[in-house]
Amino acid sequence: MFDQIKEFASGFFVTGDPLIYGADVSILLVTAAIIFTLTYFKKWRWLWREWLTSVDHKKIGIMYILAAFLMMFRGGVDALLMRAQLAIPGADFLQPDHYNEVFTTHGVIMILFMAMPFMFGLFNIIVPLQIGARDVAYPILNSLSFWLFFAGAMLFNLSFVIGGSPDAGWLAYPPYSELMYNPGVGQDFYIWGIQISGIGSLMTGINFLVTILKMRAPGMKLMKMPLFPWSVLSSCIAIIFSFPILTATLALLFLDRYAGAHFFTLDGGGNPMMYINLIWMWGHPEVYIIVLPAFGIFSEIVSTFSRKKLFGYQSMVYAMIIISVLSFLVWAHHFFTMGSGAGVNTFFALSTMLIAIPTGVKVFNWLFTMFRGRITVKTPMLWTIGFIPCFIVGGLTGVLLSVAPADFQFHNSYFLIAHFHQVIIGGVIFGYFAGLYYWWPKMFGFTLNEHIGKWAFWFWNIGFYACFMPQYVLGLMGMTRRVVSYGWDKGWWPLNFVSTIGAALMGIAFVLQVWQIIHGVKHYRKNLDTTGDPWDGRTLEWSIPSPAPHYNFAVLPQVEELDDWWEKKQRGVHKQLNNIAEEKLEPIHMPKNSGMPIIMAGCWFLAGFGFVFHWLWLTIPGLAGVAICMLAHSFNYDTDYYIPVKEIKETEAALRKVTIS
Amino acid sequence: MAHVDGTHPVEENHGSLKSYTIGYLFSIVLTIIPIAIILGGWLHGTAKAVVLMLLGVLQFIVQLFFFMHLREEKKPRYNLISLILGLVILVVIVAGSMWIMLYNMVET
Repeated sequence: MFDQIKEFASGFFVTGDPLIYGADVSILLVTAAIIFTLTYFKKWRWLWREWLTSVDHKKIGIMYILAAFLMMFRGGVDALLMRAQLAIPGADFLQPDHYNEVFTTHGVIMILFMAMPFMFGLFNIIVPLQIGARDVAYPILNSLSFWLFFAGAMLFNLSFVIGGSPDAGWLAYPPYSELMYNPGVGQDFYIWGIQISGIGSLMTGINFLVTILKMRAPGMKLMKMPLFPWSVLSSCIAIIFSFPILTATLALLFLDRYAGAHFFTLDGGGNPMMYINLIWMWGHPEVYIIVLPAFGIFSEIVSTFSRKKLFGYQSMVYAMIIISVLSFLVWAHHFFTMGSGAGVNTFFALSTMLIAIPTGVKVFNWLFTMFRGRITVKTPMLWTIGFIPCFIVGGLTGVLLSVAPADFQFHNSYFLIAHFHQVIIGGVIFGYFAGLYYWWPKMFGFTLNEHIGKWAFWFWNIGFYACFMPQYVLGLMGMTRRVVSYGWDKGWWPLNFVSTIGAALMGIAFVLQVWQIIHGVKHYRKNLDTTGDPWDGRTLEWSIPSPAPHYNFAVLPQVEELDDWWEKKQRGVHKQLNNIAEEKLEPIHMPKNSGMPIIMAGCWFLAGFGFVFHWLWLTIPGLAGVAICMLAHSFNYDTDYYIPVKEIKETEAALRKVTIS
Repeated sequence: MAHVDGTHPVEENHGSLKSYTIGYLFSIVLTIIPIAIILGGWLHGTAKAVVLMLLGVLQFIVQLFFFMHLREEKKPRYNLISLILGLVILVVIVAGSMWIMLYNMVET
């Protein structure tokens, strides 16, 4: 009996690596600490009621961003491990197979479990506020989306200590990700972690598309909508059309591994190249999905901090829609070197270059918005200004990569690595940081320390250039990616060493940001945002108190113009709006909390875990639980309630620090 | 109270038992035929590919009309735009994949 347990455990738990024992210990300690704290302060009920079952879009958004920060820590540690390994030639800090696992999890976590939830968090917090809605179109579905993402992310991360991590790269190209070469459970963790969170992403896409099309405040025509919801709309269009491709592709890979099919194997009529073709049909739109909302954020910030209307609003809208559609026509540029004919490569090179046009339009619009504006450089604006040169360089190296013949040199080299980190860190991450700093007071009711924020900004930027500029050079010299070590004879170590220092600086920058948040929470009384409009903003979210009450708007706003709040402030009519006693308040119709999403996501987690280990005794109850949750929810008619006028008055009075008769 | 219907969809006519049953039968038949073609080895080469694709398209049309309720909408504009975009992307995916996968041989 004891021998059987020992035998099972030795295959089940990952052993033999001090890093993994460290992770085991820290997971146990953190879990114990959380359970102890919640029990000691009797907070379980509060946690369940206020957060875990909440359907309030603002709380869901905060949970998304919290999870994204945790994942950024994990992915960042992966990055630092890789850079530590590459700093000195011949280092045996990481073993080759471990190195494979580290770059695989770094890529997957940073794109799917860091950038995506960060983006969804900002969607959730801001979109309903900017369009003057009280919640998203499907509040319970929204909560389910979050919990499915969370279940998928946890399943994926569990592979580090249980069973073993995936190691076939962030897109798991066959044949290496097939059973023959990769018999462990790592790739199955990959498939199910992404599948489960992918369902959530698709539902979020649908949810926000409907929210934006159907729930705008009265008077807000599409062309009077702020730019951020427009960017969310175009991003959602891309999500809705691309995520089903991902789901189907991974399902086929799963059938190959689980059921002995031959879609992507080299025998039995399969073709691994079809996987690469399919996965990039999702993968290419995916990078535009995450960058478009960042464009929206920059547009909001540039016009607020330049105190000017955004230059070329309409061209911005069209540029974003065009980018989201064009993103579906370029996927083959990821495999120019795979032996397609000249016609195929030419078409995809040209379509890729075309995307530079709408992107260039946007950059010029931002610059013209700043031109002759009254610019104040607070942290959100600082990130925007830092983004522009970074993104331009990243975009230009992207155009170099799109030249099919030249790509034969750049392909899989560090030139490519430097390019996509430059557009994703410089575009996406800088954008989300800008958005987080910009909307932080709206989320929590206090502003963050500008001083620490500026230190973090400079550490991020200097660290970024120190890390990735040498990699362009290394790439041109022929250093390819995913190789664990290069010898002294290559003469590349000084550049690699500088690159590692840059990575460390970015690590320090992340710590500074965490400190900034802790500092902000500690001293929140000093930095309270009493006005609800700390930046003298232009859009509707600044017309309500900070943090926003759970029903958002006591009275739904009547929109007349673009940048409606700003125009109302110019005309001096906003004071009447603030004085809601004069308005006729009505009971507000709101959705009720629901425990279904977190339970259903838990069932998905169990089912996924069962699939990974081929444990039908766990998969079947898990899937049954999912079905029962759906069935039970479809018979639940008690999903909404009304907030009485008295309560609205009390809440508004407390938030606005005024008495309402 | 303008947005109450956001959380409470108004009851609409979502097809009858009869139309659902017909759609269900159609989709079963359209699933069995391709399985039979493959397992029975009835057709070969181009004929097989064309027939299978045709059955796929029919299946798609059945889904659209019997389950997605195309033509039963009150405001069809959004649906039309998204359907057209969906079809464009579908064609891009299928035709693009075939183009890339069939003409990917470089003379060596």
